[in-house]
Amino acid sequence: MSKVVLKVENISKQYRLGQLGTGTMSHDINRWWHKVRGKEDPYLKIGDSNDRSVAGGSEYVWSLKDINFEVEQGEVLGIIGKNGAGKSTLLKILSQVTTPTTGEFKAKGRIASLLEVGTGFHPDLSGRENVFLNGAILGMSKAEIKSKLDEIVDFSGVAKYLDTPVKRYSSGMMVRLGFAVAAHLEPEILIVDEVLAVGDAEFQKKCLGKMKDVAGQGRTVLFVSHNMAAVKNLCTKGIILKNGQLIFSGDSDDACNKYLGMSMDQAQDSLELRKDRTGTGEILVEQMYFSDFYGNSVAQLISGEYVKLNLKYKKTIKENLTDVFLGITIRNESDIVQTVIATDETKTALNVNKNEGFIEIEMPKLMLRGGSYSITIMISTQANILKEHKILDRVENALFFTVERGDYWKVGNINRPSGYLQDVAIISK
Amino acid sequence: MNQTDDWDLVVKPLNKWYDLRLKEILRYKDLLLLFVRRDFVSVYKQTILGPIWFFIQPIITSITFTVIFGNLARISTDGIPPILFYISGITLWNYFSDTLTKTSDTFTANANIFGKVYFPRMIVPLSVVLSNLIKFSVQLLLFLSVWVYFLITKDDIHPNIYLLFVPFLILLMGFLGLAFGIIISSMTTKYRDLKFLVGFGVQLLMYATPIVYPLSIVPEKYKWIILANPVTSIVETFKFAFLGIGDFNIWHLGYSLMFTIILFFIGLVVFHKVEKSFMDTV
Repeated sequence: MSKVVLKVENISKQYRLGQLGTGTMSHDINRWWHKVRGKEDPYLKIGDSNDRSVAGGSEYVWSLKDINFEVEQGEVLGIIGKNGAGKSTLLKILSQVTTPTTGEFKAKGRIASLLEVGTGFHPDLSGRENVFLNGAILGMSKAEIKSKLDEIVDFSGVAKYLDTPVKRYSSGMMVRLGFAVAAHLEPEILIVDEVLAVGDAEFQKKCLGKMKDVAGQGRTVLFVSHNMAAVKNLCTKGIILKNGQLIFSGDSDDACNKYLGMSMDQAQDSLELRKDRTGTGEILVEQMYFSDFYGNSVAQLISGEYVKLNLKYKKTIKENLTDVFLGITIRNESDIVQTVIATDETKTALNVNKNEGFIEIEMPKLMLRGGSYSITIMISTQANILKEHKILDRVENALFFTVERGDYWKVGNINRPSGYLQDVAIISK
Repeated sequence: MNQTDDWDLVVKPLNKWYDLRLKEILRYKDLLLLFVRRDFVSVYKQTILGPIWFFIQPIITSITFTVIFGNLARISTDGIPPILFYISGITLWNYFSDTLTKTSDTFTANANIFGKVYFPRMIVPLSVVLSNLIKFSVQLLLFLSVWVYFLITKDDIHPNIYLLFVPFLILLMGFLGLAFGIIISSMTTKYRDLKFLVGFGVQLLMYATPIVYPLSIVPEKYKWIILANPVTSIVETFKFAFLGIGDFNIWHLGYSLMFTIILFFIGLVVFHKVEKSFMDTV
């Protein structure tokens, strides 16, 4: 029997861009004047959708617009979206740190939010005192904390320092203690931001395990993350936010796939029109595609086959660019770097003399296993001891591509998926 | 599936103005006490004299006032030994002014916590009132010992039945400070201008209160200004009860009481309205 424990109805949040200052007062007065006459807030009608890359005409922006979803008891909901998609705003509203501009949400049971670990830690107080303080801030009663103190201390692994002021702690210890308190909260609904990305690997594993336990006990978890692997692993449901709007809601695997697909769609916008690039723009990468030996573009890459990556560039300044650096980073679908190609490693001197041209990168045997990948590209000046590099053009996720599993070793076997292939010679002695 | 509508929590952009969610404060009473404890423990950590500082401050202020207002300016103290006269006023005044100034930056000073976790924001100013009450109690002991000393050695001090009013006066003073504090705090989240006023405003207010002078020396023409100050009658009643000077006027005290109740109520409503959205403007 599933029961809806959290219901979000038409939540929107408007923010004003720029600084609060003298101009704010006139808007406040105007707003108040409309209210006195029983009219609608004049500033609620306007506002651009939340797309950072395009400078909008309005000072007001909708950080969230008409969000609706329901969460049932025991579900682990992953909230995914790019930076600035409205995830944090949504969390803030659900944690009651701020209120929605319009709309409402309803919940059953206690909500505890974990937007940060160790909130309210006082540097002068001892670890023990801070456990009580932090626990109380998160909504636990003193008796509750007392009964769990041993567990908390045990989980944090800082037992030895319990009576030392936390200002003497290392940052890692502080985080451990903070998370330990949070992990022993027993709310019906737990809201977690990406705080898991802290601490060492062992502690991270402990945290993920704890989150799974929480979910296993029939409690509801809302989890915000960029990490698709964690979302797939932990969550049962997923929603995707884009520019403040909810564009997908469903199974967590579907949500992840859809999200990755979305990033790909964006890459289909031809590279030369992309606005989300950084650098001086002295040179611009206009096109990027894979081709075969003869330069015919290929849609499908296969492990172990010959492939050529073609970059079409345009130089926007008159002067020639000598000895530039070209870096290519290939990431997998969990956004983990698989390999880096860098011209300073290979000692390739790249000179750009033409106004338009191609850079070709030959890969005699593609060493990537089957899967989806993305390429981030950067062209910059060479860095040396005397000066830092200056980025000329950098585009994140400039190209998405998939690799089909192939026969890298040419032995008639299809390779396993995911990861990369290592050239080896295996000898038994 | 039958979806019942017994939600524990409904969050809307605007609640009814009278829906102050005061019940929640009870649920967080442990947090309230822990905040009080934190304020105490943390202030005197890494000091040598520790809580003795509680005494040093009123003693030195009283001595300074005695020298400046008593010996140099020769302002009357209605026949009461100056040190006793000043310490009685200062003890009560400090309680009020500390409560006011410390609650007046509730939102700005706690923005980092408020931005991450929800709990009834009122807990913070309430904890300030409580810790100041404790501090006041300690300082009251100091005042009482000075008072007892003069009571034995001099015979022009006449404590009376109005001593029974003292707990009520203390409560009134606390709420008055809190009421001013939360209103100022609510008004300074968006426009910080008021913040500049608080520091010296409180100081100016002290001179509009019979702390360093008795009400009796104020010319009749200006008396209404001093009496319009809601703190005046509280201080006067306090001095009257302990020292037997000045006068006790139930109407003046009633005025202070009404003033406090109304101001506190306005404060609650304004504070509650601001606490919901201040994160966007702070």
